[in-house]
Amino acid sequence: MVVTALKEPAASLATRRTPRVKTGRRDSQTRAAILFLVPASIGFLAFFAWPTLRGLYLSFTDYNLLRDPTFIGLDNYLAIAGDPVFWNSLKVTLEYVVINVGVQTVAALALAVLMQRFTRSMVVRGVIMLPYLIANVIVALVWFWLADYNLGLINATLDTMGLGKIGFFGNEDLAMGTIALVNVWRHLGYTALLLFAGLQAIPRDVYEAAEVDGAGEWRVFRSVTLPLLRPVLAFVLVVTVVGSFQIFDTIAVTTGGGPVDATRAINYYIYQRAFERLDFGYASALAVILMILLAAIALVQNKLLRANESDLER
Amino acid sequence: MKKNRLAILTLAAIPLVLTGCSAPAGSDSADGTTLSYGLWDANQLPAYEQCAADFHEANPTITVDVEQLGWDDYWNKINTGFVSGENFDVFTGHLANFPEFMLNEQILPLDDYIKADGVDLSIYQAGLADLWKGSDDKQYGLPKDFDTVALFYNKQFTDAAGLTAEQLGALTWNPEDGGSYEAAIAHLTVDKNGVRGDEPGFDKSNVETYGLWMENSGGADGQTQWAYLTQTNGWTQTNGAWGDEYNFDDPAFQDTIDWWYSLVEKGYMPTFEAQTGIGWADQLSAGKAALVGNGSWMTGAVFGSASDTFTPAIAPTPVGPSGERASMLNGLADNIWAGTDHPDESWEWVKYLGSSACQDVVAEAAVVFPAITTATDAAVEAFAAKDIDVSPFIMQVDDDTTFLYSITDHRSDVLALVTPVMESIMSGKSPASALTPVNEEINALFK
Repeated sequence: MVVTALKEPAASLATRRTPRVKTGRRDSQTRAAILFLVPASIGFLAFFAWPTLRGLYLSFTDYNLLRDPTFIGLDNYLAIAGDPVFWNSLKVTLEYVVINVGVQTVAALALAVLMQRFTRSMVVRGVIMLPYLIANVIVALVWFWLADYNLGLINATLDTMGLGKIGFFGNEDLAMGTIALVNVWRHLGYTALLLFAGLQAIPRDVYEAAEVDGAGEWRVFRSVTLPLLRPVLAFVLVVTVVGSFQIFDTIAVTTGGGPVDATRAINYYIYQRAFERLDFGYASALAVILMILLAAIALVQNKLLRANESDLER
Repeated sequence: MKKNRLAILTLAAIPLVLTGCSAPAGSDSADGTTLSYGLWDANQLPAYEQCAADFHEANPTITVDVEQLGWDDYWNKINTGFVSGENFDVFTGHLANFPEFMLNEQILPLDDYIKADGVDLSIYQAGLADLWKGSDDKQYGLPKDFDTVALFYNKQFTDAAGLTAEQLGALTWNPEDGGSYEAAIAHLTVDKNGVRGDEPGFDKSNVETYGLWMENSGGADGQTQWAYLTQTNGWTQTNGAWGDEYNFDDPAFQDTIDWWYSLVEKGYMPTFEAQTGIGWADQLSAGKAALVGNGSWMTGAVFGSASDTFTPAIAPTPVGPSGERASMLNGLADNIWAGTDHPDESWEWVKYLGSSACQDVVAEAAVVFPAITTATDAAVEAFAAKDIDVSPFIMQVDDDTTFLYSITDHRSDVLALVTPVMESIMSGKSPASALTPVNEEINALFK
């Protein structure tokens, strides 16, 4: 990836040096490029850029959807600063992100390495990918029913084994963890495949060299696989962290934010403020805060993980 | 998920708007006006489609498109429709949303129409029309149906416990010792070893069948959970229709909730943790509960799941300290969107929906109780034809023991503030007195 990126400027220098023949082609290329970009740009402007600007504006207003927004300056932000439900929502969202991304990344990495080292089977890859093909809401509901305290298969099994029942979704201390693990189950295969693709890009001769040097499996993983996988791992981490900060659907169809506020994650709180309490100004301000937070986290991750450089180049 | 759905709806709406064939808005065509009408209950769709067909026959120049959407989508569509200018001309209203819609002038007052056409509001069950009076004392809807609350139970369990239908119909309750209501609940509770809740050696941590099921905390209204008890204890939720004061700090309320939670501690009702998951109706039919309070709108679903091990039946709510039973009376009505291009035609349709011509059709379907007194009787007969005795629901109306769903501004805020606290109480983390500070917060909304 980085290799091609380095080549691009060189290529464009070359075109500049030989103007006459290439300009025509370049113009038509530009035209084609613009043509291809137009649909996406319309989508971007209509569904991202404009809503973002409008959301920013609404965050400074009192707006209940049914009447025109009235400008109230920073009032929404000040109210949010003193809103315990908001601070709690950040806490439980963080809890979700840490469990979800933590478990998922480690398990996906293990799966990817196992696939890379021990099997070439398409069937295995397919099976690993399978949960990701099921809609989020279906996954959430099926696990919700499986984990039901009185009628669910999981608790019936635990009970038979004499381990006692567990209120997976109904216990304040367990609910968010349960939701995080349900989504680990669904996303694990997808993340593992992303990492697997990254592993495939590592040249085989590095492994052969390591083998010649007498490195064992663990040493190979630590000194070869992990460092060379870092750019892909960084990409996966940024995407999954940003994605899991926006947890919504699983909560909406299972706990609805409860018990008490244990699963009232930031995105769910935004939804409730907007569509249940018709407080679109407040909800917009919450959304702006979430956006800033996510941008900052992605930036820090990129810097810390040096996502744009590969150890292969050294 | 809901957000995704909304995004998809928005996307899907674009071509509709562009081609001008959008279903929601009324439109004119060569043969007259087309109105759109919305409802959320799929069980009632066939009856209202029949009404729409009959109406068109009587009024050939007006065609009604009936559209049904699930509860969440339905309200998202109506709320966003107010903004986008594309909405149902006429839609089924709910009291939870009525104050917001009325105060924001999104629905039309009907008084002039009612006066001009001489519509008689006394044909409806008492109180139903008044539910739809705005804070400006204008009438915003014509009643279409109503619901009350009773106890659904599994007759096989009550038979095994030696409780007759007569005994179940004569239960009394008080917040001190729970009265014969609690005694029945205790007796109906059975642990894994077959020991009943009121017998020595009862193991409350291994309950097989709960005497009473908890259907979440009930939030701010407890319509099917505790409102049928709190009302008999002399409590009212607010200081009257369009009130500006809530009473969650009243000891009459908090004592009732403390008693209700005590059932969890005694093992007669599932813990909050144990009731999270599969819904109450399935828990009842699966034999995990003997009794559960719920609304008349669930009758069809409950009786539809009768099996070898589940014989559904209905008992009235217990008589409380007031010496009477109580049930919340909630009534739906049809509203006209203020932005409709066809207010006059919409009124014709609303008038038809509120007439016995349509409500008799709804009665025959035996799903809900229509608002017109005579149509209610027809519905009771239609239920009886299906071998379902719904008298415990109707009893509350006949005996005038109903109270009305509270209408105030800030309903959704009240719900959002009270629900977490109620969940905390029902999880055993706080006493009912934790409601006092929340009540202050709520009342501050009205200042």
